[in-house]
Amino acid sequence: MSLDIILAGVGGQGILSIAFVLDSAALDGGFDFKQAEVHGMSQRGGAVQSHLRMSQEPIYSDLIPDGQVDLVLAVEPLESLRYAHALSPEGTVIAAANPFVNIPNYPDLGGVLEQIAALPQHVLITAESLAKHAGSGRAQNMVMLGAGSYLYPFGDEPCLKYIEQMFGKKSQRLVDVNHKAFAFGKAASGFYRKGLAAGLGSTQLLKILGVLDPATIDEGAAPAWKAALQNHPTLLDGELPVHSVAGTMEFVLELIRTGELG
Amino acid sequence: MERLILMGDEAIAQAAIDAGILGAWAYPGTPSTEIFEHIEGNKPADRSIFTQWSANEKTAYEEALGMSYAGGRVLVSMKHVGLNVAADAFMNSAITGVNGGLVCIVADDPSMHSSQNEQDTRYFAQFAHVPCLEPSTQQEAYDMVYRAMSYSEEVGLPVVVRIVTRLAHSRAPVVPQPRQDQERKPLITDKQRFILLPVNARRHWAALIARWGEVEQSVWDLGLDKLDLRGKKLGVIASGVAWNYLQENLAGVEHEISTMKVGAYPLNKPMLAELFEHCDQVLVAEDGYPFIESALKGVLDNPPKPVIGRLSGDLPRTGELNPTLLRPALGLPAKPTATPPIAGLSGRPPALCKGCPHITSYLALNKVMAEYGDGGRVLSDIGCYTLGALPPYTAIDTCVDMGASVSMAMGAASAGVFPAVAVIGDSTFAHSGMTGLLDAVRANTNMVLVILDNDITAMTGRQESALVGSPLIKMLEGIGVEPDHIRVVKPIPKNQEAIEQVYREEIAYEGLSVIIPTRPCIQIRRK
Repeated sequence: MSLDIILAGVGGQGILSIAFVLDSAALDGGFDFKQAEVHGMSQRGGAVQSHLRMSQEPIYSDLIPDGQVDLVLAVEPLESLRYAHALSPEGTVIAAANPFVNIPNYPDLGGVLEQIAALPQHVLITAESLAKHAGSGRAQNMVMLGAGSYLYPFGDEPCLKYIEQMFGKKSQRLVDVNHKAFAFGKAASGFYRKGLAAGLGSTQLLKILGVLDPATIDEGAAPAWKAALQNHPTLLDGELPVHSVAGTMEFVLELIRTGELG
Repeated sequence: MERLILMGDEAIAQAAIDAGILGAWAYPGTPSTEIFEHIEGNKPADRSIFTQWSANEKTAYEEALGMSYAGGRVLVSMKHVGLNVAADAFMNSAITGVNGGLVCIVADDPSMHSSQNEQDTRYFAQFAHVPCLEPSTQQEAYDMVYRAMSYSEEVGLPVVVRIVTRLAHSRAPVVPQPRQDQERKPLITDKQRFILLPVNARRHWAALIARWGEVEQSVWDLGLDKLDLRGKKLGVIASGVAWNYLQENLAGVEHEISTMKVGAYPLNKPMLAELFEHCDQVLVAEDGYPFIESALKGVLDNPPKPVIGRLSGDLPRTGELNPTLLRPALGLPAKPTATPPIAGLSGRPPALCKGCPHITSYLALNKVMAEYGDGGRVLSDIGCYTLGALPPYTAIDTCVDMGASVSMAMGAASAGVFPAVAVIGDSTFAHSGMTGLLDAVRANTNMVLVILDNDITAMTGRQESALVGSPLIKMLEGIGVEPDHIRVVKPIPKNQEAIEQVYREEIAYEGLSVIIPTRPCIQIRRK
């Protein structure tokens, strides 16, 4: 059992906090691990990445060879593309869909998301709105940690434990916010994957996930949204409610019938 | 068995604590900074370990040498270019030798992630005639530093431990060793030993050369080099993190490649002879300069068997290695990937933080410099404010080495450049800008020195700065800067026009002026 991850983002987005949780969880799980990170100049708003490897076998290199990356977990969409060439043929990109624009030549976002969606395995996450819904825009990193959790060789427990350890020093509220962010990311990721498998497009899925109340998401309901959109093609046009629609099967069945998002 | 999660830097620091150091000395510099920080933050409650950021690497090394002279074990750490600053003390400490164990950690930065060159410290160790150890893993970094403390005392020399960025800033589980007592050896009574008058220095130098063969043998006896003879077709010599990359590529593969791990310098001649005897061709994989490869080839390029590596073009000549780059040199095919590299992605260089005080200082300076056409120059220095080189500011013309802004501005002004403006941060000024300023004060050079006082050493992660605020101003007055031409301004956006006016006035003044934009780093409140 092994997992090779590249964490990607922009200096200040908190990828080292993601790394802390995964390192600690891997240590608890008895794994060997290595985690290489970038300090110094690039931390000032530049592109940052961290190679994080865990395995039951000894790990030799701190850097993951090209073609061996199982997961690029990116808190920023453009940054995920920077490392896509290192993915194994079966590797997955899980990226935040909202950009961090601090350069004058940031490319067209739609094009970036299309490039991500064209990769063999991908998940896009509306990290910013989910983090805000959880209580803090700064929790996008924990949303992404949750979004990747289905691939970790350990359950959610150690992740939640080390989120608590990291934020517990500051306040219980921050622990709760970040626990929630983790759960939202996990739920959105599951829904997105089920939706893709059912034939929904990435743009549709991002819109649906923007509508759903993340606390209520049942990923099993994702395929039914395909039917809802077939019945009501203009369902996602115009102004949409934000994180307020139930993500349950019950709701979507009702929606197929009525075409009313509420 | 206790496993700690430690970065390479932290593993080194923990080893030094556990080996009983009395103190640690350093000046911040990526990728070495976290060594000192870990010691400062993890002192065992039952022991006293002296820690204070030094003004620069030279003072750090000298303070360490003084502690060793006094009989204590000591750690001094710096980045590779820091060793240039400490070189005088470092080179001479090989002649004096040590009393308490002195281990000097130097963190090289191949690929220059956060540096102005990628010089290789192994040359410096060879130059000085001191042993140099090179760990591959975090555990080896711990074990080597732990051993290096007593070994330094046994061999009577400072010991260099050379690491690179990828080890310094990578975390892994590390198993610590038993904590040793702190001890102080008796003071040195032989007064000739540390007085490097020519008469003594000649004798010490000759003695070091005379016993160099024993030193070499003692390095090899540490058992840090490893030979695994298999097939004859290819032998691979790998050191440091390159050893990890070799292992990564060979793990789980049936192969007949013979290998030699280099863990210490001077190079293990008997082991190399064995490898060359056995193999038809030798590949050298090393992170940094082609130090081993050059040594094997020699000036006449006449090794006993063909040697390939960075010099032959089988590996890149510059920049850091990685496991992917090593594959073709090993005759292994590239691994399939999900997608080829995506071309044309916008780069995302680092930038000054939103709300950074330097922004106002630079915007004002740009405005005023433009009024003088293209004849003026802004000589700058090393720190966050070097980011003023990038758009949208493109405010500076030079960045060479710590403190060079001040002395280069003096040189440029003396050649007729006007306006000649030096821009330096408070910590860099304390590090080695002060001495250059003394020269400029004596000549009353027609230049403007801008000291960006943000109360901290910002780029490396907000370490305490040695000279800020009113002590800085007193110092400037004390060395003879005209008090009327020491101008303190507050760099906030609404003051920009007023700051421009101060720049204009001081540029117009024929002589030396110092302007000090003073406002704490925006990151301080986030710490």
